[in-house]
Amino acid sequence: MNNIGRNSFDIGYLDTLAAGDSPLHRLDPRAKVITTLAFIVAVVSFDKYALEAMAPFFIYPVVLISVGGLPAGYLFRKALFILPLAVLIGIFNPLIDRQILVQIGPIGISGGWISFLSIICRFILTVTAAFILVSLTGFNAVCSSLLKFGVPKPFVIQLLFFYRYLFVLTDETERMARARSLRAFNSAAMDFKTFTSLVGNLLLRTLDRAERIYRAMRCRGFDGDIRIIGSIKTSWRDIVFTSGWVLVFVFFRYSNIPLRLGTLVTGFLK
Amino acid sequence: MHMADALISPAVGGAMWAVTAGLIAYSAKKVRDEADERKVPLMGVLGAFIFAAQMINFSIPATGSSGHLGGGMILAILLGPYAAFLVMASVLIVQALFFADGGLLALGCNIINLGFFPCFIAYPLIYRKIVRGNPTQLKIMFGSLVAAIISLQLGAFGVVIKTVFSGISELPFKTFLFLMQPIHLAIGAVEGLVTAAVVAFVWKARPEILNAAENSIPIARVDMKKVLLGLVVAAAVAGGVLSWFASSYPDGLEWAMFKTSGKEELESHDNVHVSLAGIQEKTAFLPDYGFKKSGAEAVPETEAGVSWPAVDSGTSVSGLVGGALTLLIALLIGLGLKRL
Repeated sequence: MNNIGRNSFDIGYLDTLAAGDSPLHRLDPRAKVITTLAFIVAVVSFDKYALEAMAPFFIYPVVLISVGGLPAGYLFRKALFILPLAVLIGIFNPLIDRQILVQIGPIGISGGWISFLSIICRFILTVTAAFILVSLTGFNAVCSSLLKFGVPKPFVIQLLFFYRYLFVLTDETERMARARSLRAFNSAAMDFKTFTSLVGNLLLRTLDRAERIYRAMRCRGFDGDIRIIGSIKTSWRDIVFTSGWVLVFVFFRYSNIPLRLGTLVTGFLK
Repeated sequence: MHMADALISPAVGGAMWAVTAGLIAYSAKKVRDEADERKVPLMGVLGAFIFAAQMINFSIPATGSSGHLGGGMILAILLGPYAAFLVMASVLIVQALFFADGGLLALGCNIINLGFFPCFIAYPLIYRKIVRGNPTQLKIMFGSLVAAIISLQLGAFGVVIKTVFSGISELPFKTFLFLMQPIHLAIGAVEGLVTAAVVAFVWKARPEILNAAENSIPIARVDMKKVLLGLVVAAAVAGGVLSWFASSYPDGLEWAMFKTSGKEELESHDNVHVSLAGIQEKTAFLPDYGFKKSGAEAVPETEAGVSWPAVDSGTSVSGLVGGALTLLIALLIGLGLKRL
């Protein structure tokens, strides 16, 4: 049951990173949310055979990771951990699309391989952008920015509540799974019957817990409305950050810098 | 089942975001109107329960694979469609942000696939119809089994449609469909059995919980017509606006699904018989993108392999060299900033 422990560790660790202090941490969460979305849209909007044109976009995660003092190795491993999913779907491209697009000496590279690599690049870029957003901002700040963006309050409250009890429930689940595993002489496999009663019991405990929380809230004056203290202020830094990056993304998106650079270099070599 | 950003186009992602935003606003309003303050903590904790319970796996005998609890159906049974939809959306947001289980742009797609179908289609149209207000153990088990299977089939179909419309993956519609649906029939059956077993467990231990859920859900007021109409309008508007943007880009965003990819898909089925086992050259695709990379300086193919660097691929080689250089520069910038 290492799996469960690792998951809750992961969430906790990203939140610990968000508690750090750097010029990027101090930015308005809204600025970071908008910039991240702009980045993802710019990357995803590339033609499916785009490969080298995407390279400049790696500057964004690299700059944010180094300025924000984030652990690059950890984020990279986290992205690699889910890479098999992208490979699973992308791997059909080289099988189906075998039209040669690039000829380097005797080796022909098919369009399928180009679009496959393009998928992998997109994947790494979009996934790290999301991780960077949470580890520079923290989940609660992202939620309060959602409220400012006009997301309905019941939903924001749901997000905050869910996040708050995530750790509690994951811990409880881990304890239950560990208890079973100890009594089953560490056998990894769980049969269906055990599974059902384990999950069923967890559900009953959860429902009881919800009732206890509700009563505790009532005792403290809960009247159906939750007030969120929102003290987000936008400064000129946030505007510069967001508009600067968006301009950079637009520039990268429409001018194929690597191609020009490459033409320059290969032309020089000739 | 979770779709990633890498495989969808901005138009599809944006359209699904718009639809999801509408559904969240509508569900939030409904939940607020219900004015059941007990539900505020209940929804949050149940979301955490789904998240945690999905980490427990059981082994499926004789297959070597394992299964876990699906989310949407059990939430809908305990909370009703609107609250369940909000909970499911919140679970998917956290999974996207912390585990990259589905991307941020693909969030709308995933919420539709895994939240909308179980909560707004399978639950009211199948589970409720089978249980019909007077739950018995058999009805509950049968209802949750069937509803879970159907909602997963719909979700898998949603994945196929959205992937094909995005045009990033090369998989043709039919092949992908025949790949996805049977796999998800099996997954759906397992998920359905799990849901049925857990709901039955709760029914046996504490029947009043399900009875209370059954009575408190004002299901008669689920106005499917309104929901569906809103969905279609939102998708059409968002898709239309975004595709207009897309097609006005100089290099084309490979979307224009009805003009290019839609046609491509059909041709590939009729002429070439693309199958997973016998892979063939897609000659029908040649005129479409054969010279896309080389652009204006389209040179006959035969010359391509002869000289180094080949005339045809000149731009491509430059591209690769330039791409590698740019990556190197990016890395150096990062290292430089770290030193500061």
